Amino acid sequence: MNGTTEQPMVRFEGVTKRYGALTVLDDLNLEIKRGEKVAIIGPSGSGKTTVLRMLMTLERIDGGVIWVDGEPMTHMPKNGSMVPAEAKHLRRVRSKIGMVFQHFNLFPHMTALGNCIEAPMTVLGLSRREAEERAADLLNLVGLGEKKGHYPAQLSGGQQQRVAIARALAMRPKVMLFDEVTSALDPELCGEVLQVIRKLGSEHDLTMLMVTHQMGFAKEFADRVCFFYQGKICEQGVPKELFVAPKNERTQQFLRAVLEAV
Amino acid sequence: MGADIWNWGYTLEILPVLAQAAIVTIEATLISFAIAAVLGLILAVLRMSGPVVGWLASAFVELVRSTPLLIQIFFIFFVLPRFGITLDAFTAGVIALSLHYGCYCSEVYRAGLEAVPRGQWEACTALNLSSWNTFKNIILPQAIPPIVPALGNYLVALFKETPLLSAIAVAELVQTAKNLGSETFRYNEPMTIVGLIFLVMSLLSAAGIRWLEQRLNRRSVR
Repeated sequence: MNGTTEQPMVRFEGVTKRYGALTVLDDLNLEIKRGEKVAIIGPSGSGKTTVLRMLMTLERIDGGVIWVDGEPMTHMPKNGSMVPAEAKHLRRVRSKIGMVFQHFNLFPHMTALGNCIEAPMTVLGLSRREAEERAADLLNLVGLGEKKGHYPAQLSGGQQQRVAIARALAMRPKVMLFDEVTSALDPELCGEVLQVIRKLGSEHDLTMLMVTHQMGFAKEFADRVCFFYQGKICEQGVPKELFVAPKNERTQQFLRAVLEAV
Repeated sequence: MGADIWNWGYTLEILPVLAQAAIVTIEATLISFAIAAVLGLILAVLRMSGPVVGWLASAFVELVRSTPLLIQIFFIFFVLPRFGITLDAFTAGVIALSLHYGCYCSEVYRAGLEAVPRGQWEACTALNLSSWNTFKNIILPQAIPPIVPALGNYLVALFKETPLLSAIAVAELVQTAKNLGSETFRYNEPMTIVGLIFLVMSLLSAAGIRWLEQRLNRRSVR
């Protein structure tokens, strides 16, 4: 038991990502403990969203290995050596990870409930009744129990994003990725989404990794903050230290610029 | 109106024969379009998958779209028998229409599939849906409604091209009218009636497609 709890939930080991000649992430090394809440901040183009997208297998990596829950995700052992993972291996490891997107990406032709039961039924093999029960619980958790029959177009942005959170949770992931989940929302709607994430942090033993521009939220919510700059982790630490007394000059500049904008 | 121009007795006489021919035309239309609709989707998916398969499918579509339907009909009916494939005229005609319109439909499907935002595919990956379930349950239901009008237009176009089958003597409307005309030397009545049948049925199907389109629109807006 002790051994498994000490093993990191996610580990990036020398991970590199390039788009053509542009190196987006350069030899990234990052470990995330079980249940840890990590916020990723940084200027646009610093590679922070790419970190989440690689972990969700939406992007191929060009070097290094990503480990999830003690096993390599991007690679697998075969005939005594490590080879790039096959689709089946990817699918199995990926099932431990859930993701919420900036633009919600709800299925527009399905109700809130329909969105939340699709994958549990077809991927996990739950019966419709089981899936609906699970989905109803989760929609209640995000405060949308009343709206389960509504289509995405009938919901506000904040409500849509909360449905998206419920949809991801319905797969019972161990790691939740939040990719700028409030960036596409009107400011007055951000609160309800952040409130739900806060609740998840306290009620569930979830590992959470979020890319965010909400410095106030990151400061209050995260166990650790990583500042990305030009494809590298420039500085990381507990929010109190990083936000109050950043050591790196780049971090100082970034935080000054962000705080001035508020 | 003088009996020289329009003979009602003759009209009543040939109506049953033309009704029979109308059934052949409708059968050819519906069977061909059903095959074209499926073939078009398959071609569209092939074109979007893998470089080699995609290229082959694209080349096939270009070949078919860049040659006249009449030549394709003749090729299937007159040339294939040389290679041991002998088909009756109706089957040959239906195959030619299916292939031809399948290629046109594949363009429409491709546009529909490409219009589904990438985020939908990504959400499916994040939820670990299989490619088949992603396609069947998420992508296709979003790709189809916007392209129903375009597919419907091809249905009407295909219907109006069935007279080409008269070139290989399929007993559809135009072939039948031609036969009646050559038997009696009266073309006015059969050709006019056939023209009217095409007109009425085209207008009816166009109205049907518009109705379907509105229904689908209403559903996607809610």
